[in-house]
Amino acid sequence: MNAIRTEKLTKFYGKVCGIKDLDLVVERGDFFGFIGPNGSGKSTTIRTLLGLISPTFGSASILERDIIKDRNDILSRVGYMPSEAVFYNGMRVAEILSFSAALRKKDCSKEAKKLCERLQLDPSRKVEELSFGNRKKVGIVCALQHLPELLILDEPTSGLDPLMQWEFFEILHERNRAGATVFLSSHVLSEIQHNCNRAAIIREGRLIACDCVENLSKTSAKRVKVRGKFNLSALSGVRDVQPLSEGVSFLYGGDVNELIRALSAEHIGDLTIAEPDLEEIFMHYYTNGGEAR
Amino acid sequence: MTIIKHELKRGLKAFIIWTACIASLLIICVFMFPEMQGEMDAVSELFASMGSFTEAFGMDRLNFGTLVGFYAIECSNVLGLGGAFFAALIAISALTKEEKERTAEFLLSHPVSRFLIVSEKLAAVAVQLVAMNVIVWLLSVASVAAIGEAVPWKEIGLLHLAYLIMQLEIAGICFGLSSFLRRGSLGLGLGLAVLMYFLNIIGNITDSAKFLKYITPFGYTEGADIVASGGLNAGLVLLGTAYALVLIIAGYAHYCRKDIHS
Repeated sequence: MNAIRTEKLTKFYGKVCGIKDLDLVVERGDFFGFIGPNGSGKSTTIRTLLGLISPTFGSASILERDIIKDRNDILSRVGYMPSEAVFYNGMRVAEILSFSAALRKKDCSKEAKKLCERLQLDPSRKVEELSFGNRKKVGIVCALQHLPELLILDEPTSGLDPLMQWEFFEILHERNRAGATVFLSSHVLSEIQHNCNRAAIIREGRLIACDCVENLSKTSAKRVKVRGKFNLSALSGVRDVQPLSEGVSFLYGGDVNELIRALSAEHIGDLTIAEPDLEEIFMHYYTNGGEAR
Repeated sequence: MTIIKHELKRGLKAFIIWTACIASLLIICVFMFPEMQGEMDAVSELFASMGSFTEAFGMDRLNFGTLVGFYAIECSNVLGLGGAFFAALIAISALTKEEKERTAEFLLSHPVSRFLIVSEKLAAVAVQLVAMNVIVWLLSVASVAAIGEAVPWKEIGLLHLAYLIMQLEIAGICFGLSSFLRRGSLGLGLGLAVLMYFLNIIGNITDSAKFLKYITPFGYTEGADIVASGGLNAGLVLLGTAYALVLIIAGYAHYCRKDIHS
C-alpha cells in the first residue's frame, strides 16, 4: 500500500522549474524523510500533493486517491504542517484549534488538550503574540489533533528548541507505531538520520536518491580534518581536499579501516571525523553522476 | 457554515463601525430636515438654479422642500457612497485577505472544497450587506418618525432597496475581480466604487454620456427616477445583476483552479 506515489510529477512556475519528473514512492507505515537545500522543490512537491498548486505535468496519489479528483477525501485523512505557520490575527490558540477541527467536522478537543500540554502551549494566548517557535507548535497541534493517517510536515522543527524537538519526535514516533505514515521534509540531515527509516534527496527539482536511511548514510562520505603532517596519496576515495593552516581537510568516501591505518602510521596533532554537511552529501551524489548506487 | 461564521466574526468590528457611521450620518441628515424646511423656499430656488450641478444630483426633478425629495438626495450621497465603499471593501478583501495575510495555506489544507470556501465567503459578504442595510433602513425610518413626519414607506423602501441592490452588484463585481488578484487591493475596490459614482454624475450632466447609466449601478439608484416612476428601472437592475453574475462566475472558475502561493 502506498501512502504517497508520484509519477513524473512536474511543476513549472511560468518558465521557472519547481520540480521535474519526480517519481516518489512512500509506503504506508514509513517514517519518510525528504531532504534538500532551500529552494530545491521540497515545498513545491508538498504543496502540489495537497492541491494548493496544480501540477504542470504528471500525476500523484495519496493513500491511493488521486490528488486532484479526491482532494477533499485526501485532506480529511492528512495532517499538514506548513513550514511557516501563519494564523488569523486576533484569534486565540484555542479558537484556531477549534476552527481547524470544525472545518474537519470533528471534535478534537481532547486530543488538542493533550498535545498542548505535551508541547507546553498555552491555548488562551493570542496567536500574534506567540513567538515563532510557539506558532510552530500551534501548527503541530493543527496537523495532529484529528489523528490523521498521513502526516505531511514541511520543515517542522525549525524554530523549536531541542527539548521540544525531542518531544515532537516522540509524538511522531508514537503516531508512527500506531500506524500513521510520517512524511517530513528537512534540511537537517541528522534529524532524518535519527528518525526516519527511508529518505529521498531532492535537488534543483529532481529526485537524486531514494533509499533506506542506512544505505543513504553508507554512501555518504565523512568530513575528515587532520592537524599535523598527513600524506593523502595512499588513500583512495578522497575528494574535496582543502589545505588547513596546519593540516588538511578532505571528504573521505572509502573504507574507514584504511583511513585509520593511514592515520595511525603518521604522527598527527588533532583529528576530527564528522558527518559532512548536507551540501557535501549532495556533492557526493553529484560526483556519482547524480544517481544513488 | 463554519466559514460564514468565521467570516462574520472576523468582520464584526468593521461592520459595526461602517453601519454606525452610515446610520448616524443618515439620522443627522433627517434631523436637519425640519430646520431646513423653514428656509426651504429660498434653498429650493437656489438648488434649482445651479445649472448642471443641479442636474448632477437630480435636484432639477425633485422638490427639496418635501421630505421625500430631501431624503432621496441626502440618501444618495450618504447611503450610496458609504454603502458602495463598504461593499467594495469587504468584497474585494474576502478572498484575497487569506493570501495577503498568508492564511490561505492554513484554510485550503483543510478538507473543504474551494467551491464551498468561495460560496461561504460570498454568502458572508451578502449577509453583512443585507444586515447593514436593514439596520440603516430601520434607524432612518425611526428617525423620520421621530421628527414628526409621516413616513413615506413606499419611497423610502424603494430607495433603500435600490441601494442594497447597487451594493450587492458592486460587491459581486469586486468579489469576482479579487479572485484574479494575488495580494488583494483595497485601492482597486474603493477606486471602482468612486469611479461608478462619478460615472453616474457625468451621465446626469451630459446627455451624450447617458449610456453610462447602463454601466454604473448608481444609474438605478437615482432618487429622482425612483420617486417619479414609483418603481425601479428593471432593465438597469437586470443588467447590473448580469454584470455581477458574470464576474462572480469567472471568479469561481478561476479560484477553483488557482495556484495558492505561500
